[in-house]
Amino acid sequence: METFWFLLIAVLWTGYFVLEGFDFGVGILMPFVARGEAQRRTVVRTIGPVWDGNEVWLLVAGGATFAAFPEWYATLFSGFYLPLFLILLALILRGVALEYRNKSDSQKGWDRAFFWGSLGPAVLWGVAFANIAAGVPLDADHEYTGTLFTLLNPFALLGGLATLLLFAQHGAVFLALRTTGELRERARRIARVLGPLTVVAAAAFLVLLGSDKPAYWVITGVAAAALVASLLATVRGRDGWAFTGSALAIAALVAALFTALFPNVMPALDPANSLTITNAASSPYTLTVMTWVAVIFTPVVLVYQGWTYWVFRRRLTGA
Amino acid sequence: MLARMDVLDLSRWQFGITTVYHFLFVPLTIGLSILVAGWQTAWYRTKKPEYLRLTKFFGRLFLINFAMGVVTGIVQEFQFGMNWSDYSRFVGDVFGAPLAMEGLMAFFLESTFLGLWIFGWDKLPPKVHLATIWTAAIGTNISAYFILAANSWMQHPVGYTINNGRAELTDIWAVLTNPTTLVTFPHVIFGAFLTAAAFVLGVSAWFLLRKRETSLFRPAMRLGMAVALVSAAGVSFTGHWQAQLMTEQQPMKMAAAEALWEDEKAAGFSLFAVGDVENGRNHVNLQIPYGLSILATNTPDGEVEGINDIQKRYEAMYGPGDYVPAVGIAYWSFRLMIGFGMLAAGLALLGLWLTRKGRLPERPWLYRLAVLGIGLPFLANTMGWIFTEMGRQPWTVFGLMRTAAAVSPGVDVTSVAITLVGFTLVYAVLAVIEVRLLVKYIKLGAEEQPEAEPAAPALSY
Repeated sequence: METFWFLLIAVLWTGYFVLEGFDFGVGILMPFVARGEAQRRTVVRTIGPVWDGNEVWLLVAGGATFAAFPEWYATLFSGFYLPLFLILLALILRGVALEYRNKSDSQKGWDRAFFWGSLGPAVLWGVAFANIAAGVPLDADHEYTGTLFTLLNPFALLGGLATLLLFAQHGAVFLALRTTGELRERARRIARVLGPLTVVAAAAFLVLLGSDKPAYWVITGVAAAALVASLLATVRGRDGWAFTGSALAIAALVAALFTALFPNVMPALDPANSLTITNAASSPYTLTVMTWVAVIFTPVVLVYQGWTYWVFRRRLTGA
Repeated sequence: MLARMDVLDLSRWQFGITTVYHFLFVPLTIGLSILVAGWQTAWYRTKKPEYLRLTKFFGRLFLINFAMGVVTGIVQEFQFGMNWSDYSRFVGDVFGAPLAMEGLMAFFLESTFLGLWIFGWDKLPPKVHLATIWTAAIGTNISAYFILAANSWMQHPVGYTINNGRAELTDIWAVLTNPTTLVTFPHVIFGAFLTAAAFVLGVSAWFLLRKRETSLFRPAMRLGMAVALVSAAGVSFTGHWQAQLMTEQQPMKMAAAEALWEDEKAAGFSLFAVGDVENGRNHVNLQIPYGLSILATNTPDGEVEGINDIQKRYEAMYGPGDYVPAVGIAYWSFRLMIGFGMLAAGLALLGLWLTRKGRLPERPWLYRLAVLGIGLPFLANTMGWIFTEMGRQPWTVFGLMRTAAAVSPGVDVTSVAITLVGFTLVYAVLAVIEVRLLVKYIKLGAEEQPEAEPAAPALSY
């Protein structure tokens, strides 16, 4: 049961990063792909109907962690206090920017908030997950004993760079898929430039993290192959395949991180203090209840979110 | 110890500020979503253009408000872990379940279907499009239910056992049908409708004051008044049930709400008191005879427990300690909550009378009063939360965990100070922006606007 919940939480984070990943990417790339207000509106509109639903994946990942692994939730959220605060501020500003920019008299400030509010979390989530996977100082009560600067180590910063590039590249192929003309051309050009850099950064990150589990290396291989495939598809103008590739790469990255973690959920520098799927978990009764809820409602959510993407499947023609 | 106290104080301020702020937007979202869905239904049925204009006009205002509720909601979920990690470790097994259910069963619904509603006007068949706003509206109401189930568990824990040094869930059904939840949910929902109704009432009055679009806004104002009146009645009845349950479950909170120091039969409902908290008595106390006994026990001579007596009883039950909440805050927030709510109801009643049978009074002060009245339910909601949360102190989970034991032990005072100041400043700026935007879109009126999210022009290619 704990293993099932470990998997489910991995799935929720995968959903979050695959979906909000391109939202972040769109925010980061908007200043580079859009010329003029009409194009900026088109860019924002590519994610307009879906970004809020995408962000709920984060809320559910957080809520599910709270319910299924309270110790993990408590240690992670209190330990990574200031980075999470920055992520929250970024998400607040970005969300308000997305909803208010077209209603306001001036868009400039909002677009800046949209850019930084997308860039910040794209880096910080990578930093956070690099630290989770590599291990952080925890005491016997599972309290985090490091500081903010413990978290900003070179390996974690590489993780931040990897997610930044992944999300930016994912956003570029998404824009290419959802637009036409000039916007699509620029997005494809950016994807071609970012593609190789993304492969290098993501591969370096996963190789440095390493693991003695064979599955980890298989998944790492999948991630790299998916990125290369995405790049080739971009070059050939197959936008759908390029997007599938980058989505698969992000999913594989999350899978690799969780494979490396298992059966820990937050390894400590002193292994005796590590949080594992056993000592961080809720009672069997709670996990059973939540399993029923998840088994019934997750497919329903997937169906209606999938339907939303179907409704808004047509390319937007930008000015 | 001192540093720990400071982290506690700052964390409490942060929770108070972020929660009260978040709950400025939530009730309007809950109530207005249903009203907008109602107008759209009326338009779908009758095809009268007025209903469509109202749908779009109040829909725009609803969305401006909704955005703020969404972004401030994420902070709510995160800060249990960030600032209250010992609380999270202790209660996660029970408390996490309704939060996770809210996300999976409600948040996804409201966010996804609202996106479909906003952008789906010309993409979905009218019937399906109508269903999207109803689904989103129902989602917000389900969301409220789960959150209130979680909060009710803190007021009156049920369906758990203490095991492995933490509270463990034994009966999810007991948590979801906690009697406290069952009376709190309708109370909050009626409060939300009162909020939305006062908003519709006040905004419509503003148009009537300026004699703009009167044929549209006169009926809207009357609708706001009627909904406000019905909701106010609902709030009162459910509030009465809540008071009775509270007398049973959290007698200290009820006693503090009334500044009732000693056990008393045939207790009066205090209207105005000046208390001496140190010595546990009141200098002045103006009362409605038998009022409290009727409110709390349904009989005029029922016995209500007093603060000093409950304190002695709790010392025997829970060991030495101070079990008295801040009486002044509990007393006044309770009174102000009721007072603001009743003022709003009074305004609605007066308005219905003055506008009866097609009348439209000329006196501008009436309309100005209605515009000011928009604020009343917001104040009442805020006071209600301050009362129920402050009145529970010193407990965070009543009878199980004290607030002082709930705070994150590993977070230092500088970090909490940074986040407290950071959130407060950003929230303050956003409040100004939000209100300005609401005013701008109200002033634009309900004439057909260029769409807030125009379809990008498709000329170039």
